[in-house]
Amino acid sequence: MPTIQFRLNGAATAVDAGPDQTLLDVLRSRLGATGAHFGCGANECGSCYVMVGDRAMASCDMPLWSVADKDVVTVEGLGTAEQPHPLQRAFISEQAMQCGYCVSGILVSAAALLKRNPAPTEAEVREALDRNLCRCGSHNRVVRAVLRAATEMAES
Amino acid sequence: MPSSAPKLPVSLAANPKLSSWVKFTDGDRVAISPGKVEIGQGIVTALAQIAADELDVDISRIEMIRASTAMSPNEGVTSGSLSIQQSGRALRHACAEVRQRFLRVASERLDVDVSLLDVDDGTISGPGNVRISYWELAGDVSLDHDATAETRAKSIAKRVVAGQSVQRVDIPDKVFARPRFIHDLTLPGLLHGRVLRPQISGAKLIALDEEAARAVPGLVAIVRDGGFSGVVADSEAAADAALKALRKGATWSAGEPLPDEDDLAGFLRSQPVETSMIDTRMAARARKPAQTLRRQYTRPYIAHASIAPSCAMAQWDGERVHVWTHSQGVYLLRADLAIVLKLPPENIVVEHMEGAGCYGHNAADDVALDAALLARAADRRPLRVQWSRHDEMSHAPFGAAMAIEIEADLDADNEIVGWRHAIWSNGHAARPGRAAQPALLAATEIANPYPRMISTNPPAANGGGGDRNSVPLYDFPAWTITSHRLLTMPVRTSALRTLGGQGNVFAIESLLDEIAALRGEDPIAFRLRHLRDERARDVIRAAARRAGWKPQKRAGIGQGVGFARYKNTGAYCAAIAEIEGADDIRVRRLTLAVDVGEAINPDGVTNQIEGGAIQATSWVLKERVRFDRSRITSTSWTDYPILTFSEVPAVDVEIIQRPEIEPVGAGEAAHGPVTAAIANAVYDYLGVRVRDLPITRDRIIAAMELAS
Repeated sequence: MPTIQFRLNGAATAVDAGPDQTLLDVLRSRLGATGAHFGCGANECGSCYVMVGDRAMASCDMPLWSVADKDVVTVEGLGTAEQPHPLQRAFISEQAMQCGYCVSGILVSAAALLKRNPAPTEAEVREALDRNLCRCGSHNRVVRAVLRAATEMAES
Repeated sequence: MPSSAPKLPVSLAANPKLSSWVKFTDGDRVAISPGKVEIGQGIVTALAQIAADELDVDISRIEMIRASTAMSPNEGVTSGSLSIQQSGRALRHACAEVRQRFLRVASERLDVDVSLLDVDDGTISGPGNVRISYWELAGDVSLDHDATAETRAKSIAKRVVAGQSVQRVDIPDKVFARPRFIHDLTLPGLLHGRVLRPQISGAKLIALDEEAARAVPGLVAIVRDGGFSGVVADSEAAADAALKALRKGATWSAGEPLPDEDDLAGFLRSQPVETSMIDTRMAARARKPAQTLRRQYTRPYIAHASIAPSCAMAQWDGERVHVWTHSQGVYLLRADLAIVLKLPPENIVVEHMEGAGCYGHNAADDVALDAALLARAADRRPLRVQWSRHDEMSHAPFGAAMAIEIEADLDADNEIVGWRHAIWSNGHAARPGRAAQPALLAATEIANPYPRMISTNPPAANGGGGDRNSVPLYDFPAWTITSHRLLTMPVRTSALRTLGGQGNVFAIESLLDEIAALRGEDPIAFRLRHLRDERARDVIRAAARRAGWKPQKRAGIGQGVGFARYKNTGAYCAAIAEIEGADDIRVRRLTLAVDVGEAINPDGVTNQIEGGAIQATSWVLKERVRFDRSRITSTSWTDYPILTFSEVPAVDVEIIQRPEIEPVGAGEAAHGPVTAAIANAVYDYLGVRVRDLPITRDRIIAAMELAS
């Protein structure tokens, strides 16, 4: 079994993995990073999104080998309670969820958006989140939270 | 004669011991143990607010205990927007009594009259700067007493936490990805299970070649019990691989035919039924109608479609089993598990853990039995079973399809003089724990299987099922409401948010709109003229004011209104929809006004109403379980699309606070009114009535062709 090396949330990481093993499975079952969630296994819902480089991508159907030597950031890598990412603060301020299962994937998509577009319009936020499904109907709160975080980041 | 003696809240009467609800722990903490569970609706925060208020402790000291059959009060099922009514009232009463018991003992200890004592963040103090805390007194105050009916909770004016938009207690964990969901919990030695389910509806497993599956590395066991089969493996990937191999070795019986998805009304109206007279009102003076409008409305089967697949864990220890579940009712699930596993209930502990948002009876209970059955092969190790997206979208119960026919008798002025409303639908509830027969999927698959439970309807006293919200709140002079419950069930149905409420409100409010248009009367004025209940009138007027409602047609947009009081006993809600679009209809804005009595957490109520409004918009514009004659075909998000971020309307909510009125839940109030408001806005915009949900482009075109 080949060893795949990549950086997870900034830390050098090496995992022995078969060719079919997905990044999501490795994150959750081998590396204890359960923030990315399984939703569909087919890159259709966004629950499992992680950042690879600067892009938010589904990890559920991504073979581990495809992230060799790349930077992977999960929701755990965005921030902590002690040092939260502005998005995490904004999601709390806006109470931007109901069940919250989809939120870790949404936070990753939003973080990737703000990296490439620090001052998005509301329509741009919505478009950036269109591949993240939310069943509880918290969409508008989420959009408000992302815009709030963008404002905060611009001011700091 | 009704008794005027004070009565305990129902949940407290059923679980009267104070210590089962409240405990003082760890020197400065309070453990609150409700029987209701968090299903994404924010209930534990609202309950914590109530407890904080009545006990006079800071809410940060409160730890909300997850429901478990090992220790929690039995509050049945978390459903029907009843948690604030049931658990909230019980906790308010229990906490008030706990506070009084402590004050009595503190009074003796401090030698100060109870009336002079005050409580601030758990510290009881009196004149002369004497003080003692709940925790210092806890050893001397037994809470192993039954609650008494005479206790009075605080006056409204003295509540400082309830009524405030307190931040939800669970959100930080979810933002910082601290494990909280059952999917994320890891136990030492955890194994993983998957269950083999047919793709053809109703097919049974008749033969199984296990050879290929046995060769999968990491496989621990293959379980077979009659037509139930699954795999146990040491990793999720191995379990998935073993299931895939096992599927190749499976031989299935022919299935059971499914109805024609394009003629749901024809199917529903041709089946054997049990007919119930729901309500009838006779006019004091019968008037002969000048004409009768007869309209049929349908809604399709709707999937719960939670973002997470259903999941459970189980661990056996001899003849005892511990089950972790996101079920809505831990005791009810335990009752069904006891039947199937042939164990006394006390040998089973069922403990709640959060899953993804739950909108009714989904597969949470089914997967719990799956886990218990597979974990028998796990040699006392814990085992987790997670359903696939495919199984979640095809084997979990659906919200029932409905056909509704209303005949409205109109006089020469097009005033309503008679109203006949008939419903054809499967039952809207087949929950576990309510019958001698289990309702769990695997129970129908094992050797000596139980028959599949045909869904029934809750009684009218509980809001009814298919008939929910079918009795008009409007003061028509006469009506007859009839419900036909199907006795066949080729598509599995059970409780989904609002049960029959969404369909019935859609039908009633659509026809009212049509009659108002026939009369040339503003639909809001028409409704107000037929409503005597001031709370109903207030939400309609508030929504109209907030939306800037104009009776005249506005260029470029369509506007429509819908109203209901959920279950006719719960929350009042009025919705106004604004739509626009060219080829496809887009809902631009929804304006809602809601009255839940006392809103314990106003932002929580707003969040529930917003969520309900957006989910209803998704149902109305997009959702329909798809099937051919042999299988469910909408088994992925591509085949069962829901509303996306770009398609979501702006939602504006006004809460009419009534702190003097007992609170009711908000989770299901918006669906019916929003559905009707969108349908009525489509008429305002395009001049056609679409009476079959979902309102898709094809349906609009068909309605236009019919009209031309």
